[in-house]
This record gives sequence, C-alpha cells and structure tokens, in this order.
Amino acid sequence: METARARQYLSGLSGKMRFALGDEAAAYGALVGGCTFFAGYPITPASEVAETMAQELPHVDGYHVQFEDEIGSIAAVIGAARAGAKAMTATSGPGFSLMMENIGYAIMTETPCVVVDVQRSGPSTGQATKPAQGDVLQARWGTHGDHEMIALAPNSVQECFDLMIECFNLSERYRHPVIFLMDGEIGHLRERLAFPNLADVHLFPRGDFDPADEPGLIKPVREYGKGEAVHITGSTHKEDGMRDVVSQDVHESLITRFCAKIDRNRKNIIRYEERFMEDAETVVVCFGAASRAALGAVKRARNEGRKVGYFRLITIWPFCQEKLAGIGRRINKILVPEMNLGQLAREVERFVSVPVVRVSKIGGVPHSVEEVYAAIVRETS
Amino acid sequence: MREYKHKLLGYLRREILPTTHCPGCGCGQVLNAFVNAIDDLEIDPKNIISVTGIGCSSWIPSPYLKCDTLHTTHGRAVAFATGVKVIRPQANVVVIAGDGDLAGIGGNHLIHAARRNVGLAVFLVNNYIYGMTGGQVSPTTPFGAVTTTTPYSNAEYPLNIAEVVAAAGANYVARWTTYHIRKLIAAMKEVLQKKGFSFIEIVSQCPVSYGRRVGLRDGVAFMEHFKKSSVGVGTAENMSEEELEGKIVVGKLVERDRIEFTESLRRINESCQGRAAGE
Repeated sequence: METARARQYLSGLSGKMRFALGDEAAAYGALVGGCTFFAGYPITPASEVAETMAQELPHVDGYHVQFEDEIGSIAAVIGAARAGAKAMTATSGPGFSLMMENIGYAIMTETPCVVVDVQRSGPSTGQATKPAQGDVLQARWGTHGDHEMIALAPNSVQECFDLMIECFNLSERYRHPVIFLMDGEIGHLRERLAFPNLADVHLFPRGDFDPADEPGLIKPVREYGKGEAVHITGSTHKEDGMRDVVSQDVHESLITRFCAKIDRNRKNIIRYEERFMEDAETVVVCFGAASRAALGAVKRARNEGRKVGYFRLITIWPFCQEKLAGIGRRINKILVPEMNLGQLAREVERFVSVPVVRVSKIGGVPHSVEEVYAAIVRETS
Repeated sequence: MREYKHKLLGYLRREILPTTHCPGCGCGQVLNAFVNAIDDLEIDPKNIISVTGIGCSSWIPSPYLKCDTLHTTHGRAVAFATGVKVIRPQANVVVIAGDGDLAGIGGNHLIHAARRNVGLAVFLVNNYIYGMTGGQVSPTTPFGAVTTTTPYSNAEYPLNIAEVVAAAGANYVARWTTYHIRKLIAAMKEVLQKKGFSFIEIVSQCPVSYGRRVGLRDGVAFMEHFKKSSVGVGTAENMSEEELEGKIVVGKLVERDRIEFTESLRRINESCQGRAAGE
C-alpha cells in the first residue's frame, strides 16, 4: 500500500469475503502489508504465492520477477529492500535451503524482508507434493554463525493473511528477515478468508521505532539515494557501516546486539494461542497443520472429562520459553503432535521438566483427530 | 609543503586509503578508469549504487568509491543489483566483480541478467585466478596453466565469458585489457550511458597470485603481454582458430537496442491501470 494507486486498488478488498487458498491469502497479506517486490522460483507447494503476486503486483505499482534460482531470488529481494521496497520471496524446503547464505546476509546487514517457506516433505526432493513441518530448525539455524530468528506459523487461511502483515511489520520493526513458516497442508488448504477494513490495518513504516522496544538495540536505517555514500556489507562492520573484520570487540558487540534486539524484545514478538488451560493436567503443544487435528482431539478429550489443554505456538522463533516453563510447572505431561520427528518437542524439552511425548507423523499425511486423541487417551490413562 | 592531491581523489573515501590491492595489481587501473569515466560524463556519485560480490575485484569500488555501496555475497552481485535496479531505475547501478565471482559461482545470474537485459553496468575484471584465496584455478584460467589447485597443469578450457554474455542477449558487450586504458575509459562511458545490460570484460593482471606461477612476475610484464597478445575484433574476424590461440580479442563484441527490463516491467504496470482488487 505504498502509493495512492495501490491503496485505491487494494481498497476493493476491504470487508470482502473469499474462498481462498492459504498461498493466495499469504500473497494478499503481503500486498496489504505493503510488499511491492517479489522475486521467486517455482516450487510446489509455494508456487501459488508467486502466481498471485505476479497477477496483483502490477496493479499496486509493484514488481514480480521470476529468477533463475532461489539464491538469485533472495538476493534480489534484499537488493530491492535496500533500495527502499518492502520485499519478499516464497519457496519450499529445497529452495529454502538454497537461500540460507543470503538470509544470513539480511541478518548481517539488518535488511527487512520476508521469506515464506511452505514446508514440504524432505530431506532432498522427498515427497515433493506432500506437506511436512520439517523446517522448524532449519528456519532457526539454517544460516551459519550466531544469530536469532523471527518465524511465524499460521494454521488457517485467515492466519496466512493476518500473520503475513505481521511478518512485514516485524521485519521492518527489527530490521531483520522474518520467516513465514507455512506448510503444504495450510498453503493448499482452501477456506474462508475475510479481508479486514484496510483503513484499520497498521503498517510499520521503514525506519520507525516502537517505544515498547528496548532502546539502543535497534538502529536507524541507512537509506540509499540521499548522498550519504551509505556502505552496506555482509562483513563485520562498525557502527558507521565500514568494515572491520579483525577487531574481536567489533564483531562481538555487533553480533550480540543483533541477537539482543530479538532476544530482549521477545515479549513484543511472541504470539501464541491457548485454550482449556485453566485446570489442564496434560497439554498438547503444537503449531501449523498439526494444531488443527490437535484442537479437535483436545475438545473430544474435554467432552469426556479429561483435563487436557491446548497450546499453539504462532511465533515459533524466538521461542516462548518462559511461557512453556510456566506451563511445565503446573502440569504433568506435554504431548507434541508435529509433522516431523520431534523438532518442536526437542525445543520444548529444553524448558520443562515434565515428560514431553512425541506424537510425530511423517510421510505427507497430516494427523487425524483420532490419532492425536488416541495419543491423549494413551498418555492420560 | 603543499599536499599533493589527485584531481579525482574527491570520488574516493580518502580516509581509508591506500587500497588493500597487491603491488602490480590491475584493480587500481580499473578504479582509475571508472572514476575518469564518471568524471568525464559528470555523473554525480549520488546517483551511483555500486553492487559487488566477494573477491579482489569487488574491492575496487567497495568501500573505496564514495557512493552508495552494497557489498554482497559471493557470486550474487548481479542478482542483488537486479532487485536494486527494479526499485531504483533512475540510478546508475554498477557491478564490478571478478571472474570467479561472475563467471564461476555467479555465472547463472550473469547469463540470466543479460537475457533479461536489466539495465546494469557490469565490469568483469578477469585476472584468470581466484586471487584473494591464494591463486586457485578459475573458470577463465588458460588451459595448461599452473595454479595452486592445478599444480601440474590446468586440464580445463577457459570460458569465453564475454561471448557467453553476448549470446545471452546483452545490449552491449566489449572486452579490453588494463593495457588499453583510454579505450577502456571510452568503453566505460558507453556502458554508463547505454540502456539495458551492458558488459565489459576487463582482462587484468594478478602478478602475485597468478603471474608468478606462469612467468609474468610483475605488472609491467603483464602490460607487455597484453599489448603483444591483443587483437582487435575486426582483425580477429579474418583469423583462424589456430591463429587466435593465446590471443585476447579486444573491442566491442556486440551492441543492440532491445528494451531494458525494468522499462518493460513499468510498461506492464501502466497497462494494468484502472481496476480494483476483487473485481
């Protein structure tokens, strides 16, 4: 929504209802979130994000470019972002792996941008058309070196839209790449999407500061085109941007600030959903596609009088460790249904002392309500 | 004593000079030629965005040139620059990088940027070697050359990168050497004024990491070698493949006037006027 023309065009969506794909909803969230540049490379199950952006960006004075690969795509996204645009790409596991080096570049240069990863079954080509949730740790640790990460995971078509706007706002606010950790199940799910009144949507302007954030950790954005000879480098650099790759203290203070700007503002970034938690003795911790079956299973268990709670991570990274540690002190057991072999469970285990039971399922078929319910019955009997 | 001040020093970040380039290196000549070109054309450095990758040649403009600079990852400068150019079409977006960067790890981006005809000025400084990492064989190292990773002989043939870029569809392709400094400045001025993907392969010298292993121990030896080995494009047309063995063909290889990529994108956007989303 950068220009008058874009506002005029997108205002046609205000208050409308649509039967949309998750991928399409993510694309519309990006457009409403102010995105005017998309670069990507075709890959299942993320291609519909690119197709929607290619169709809509020309109407909002924006640009879609299909690149020769995912490395070039994320490079162009960062270039466009440095040139002043809100920019994004969308891919799946194989392409996400290729993007890792330049995601690190975006961290190092404090460049806002959004990377959508519509997760599919891996490693390698795996089950190319089947959904999975196997990139939880790649999102966190895929690029080399010390860093934090911001990653959000939707579990509905509506959230693909709503959280995408959040992704852009967070990336601008923290001058950091944000991963939108979708999955093939949600990306290819078709359900109701209700557009808000666009006048009510808050967009975080480039270079702005939020008074809620700890002062000093987030720096002014150095913009091109102002005659300031701005030097941006992926090398370790001093406050003025000039390279210094030999001084231990320069590197240490730079990287610890990058980490602190996310870590010390965790409370401003983290979002989650909790239900049936008041008297819960067992809690199902989940995110994304698996959380839909989890909620059905928890409701069924509740109907039968089992004291089971539901806790869904919306922000995957930074991790909601204080919250989970608090839950862990009140309950007896945690179940983690996820479409991988325990990547989220592994992280949960680090912060609680109660048993964490994996309810993993891989192979491209999401959990059924019955499967999660059976695990609840087994673990609470 | 009166301080000596070069007339073009104002284009550089004086406080960080001297450069880190080795004695006899061609990178300084390329920087000199580039600054002369922008000075002759009266291009305000405020309107230049320099995008570079990794390697000695990427240090030619970055950080020494006093303009907006984006020093990126290895091989990806052209892709980063494409994103910059789409958003800032009025800027002179310039890529100066090496053979390892643009012809090796980033070769695919180079080919496709030329195919797209995106309006970048790209200068590939070809010194036949990975210099910064200590002299490993590159995609342009001559057949038979000794390098640190071809200690007996290079078993691979070099890539004629300028012809690859020409075939890919660039609007302007030339090749010059650091010996042909005035021709190089003139060609750079053409590139900086040309719309569409414009490319010069600048054959340059690396006495330290390449030359000393192939009998060219200093910059002067390289200049003599470039002078002796160069053949103009017109002359080369009438020479056989055997006669061209070991020669450097210099001059303008191609000039076209296909529409520039970001201009095409803008025309598409203009054609999409007057609708509202959801219609």
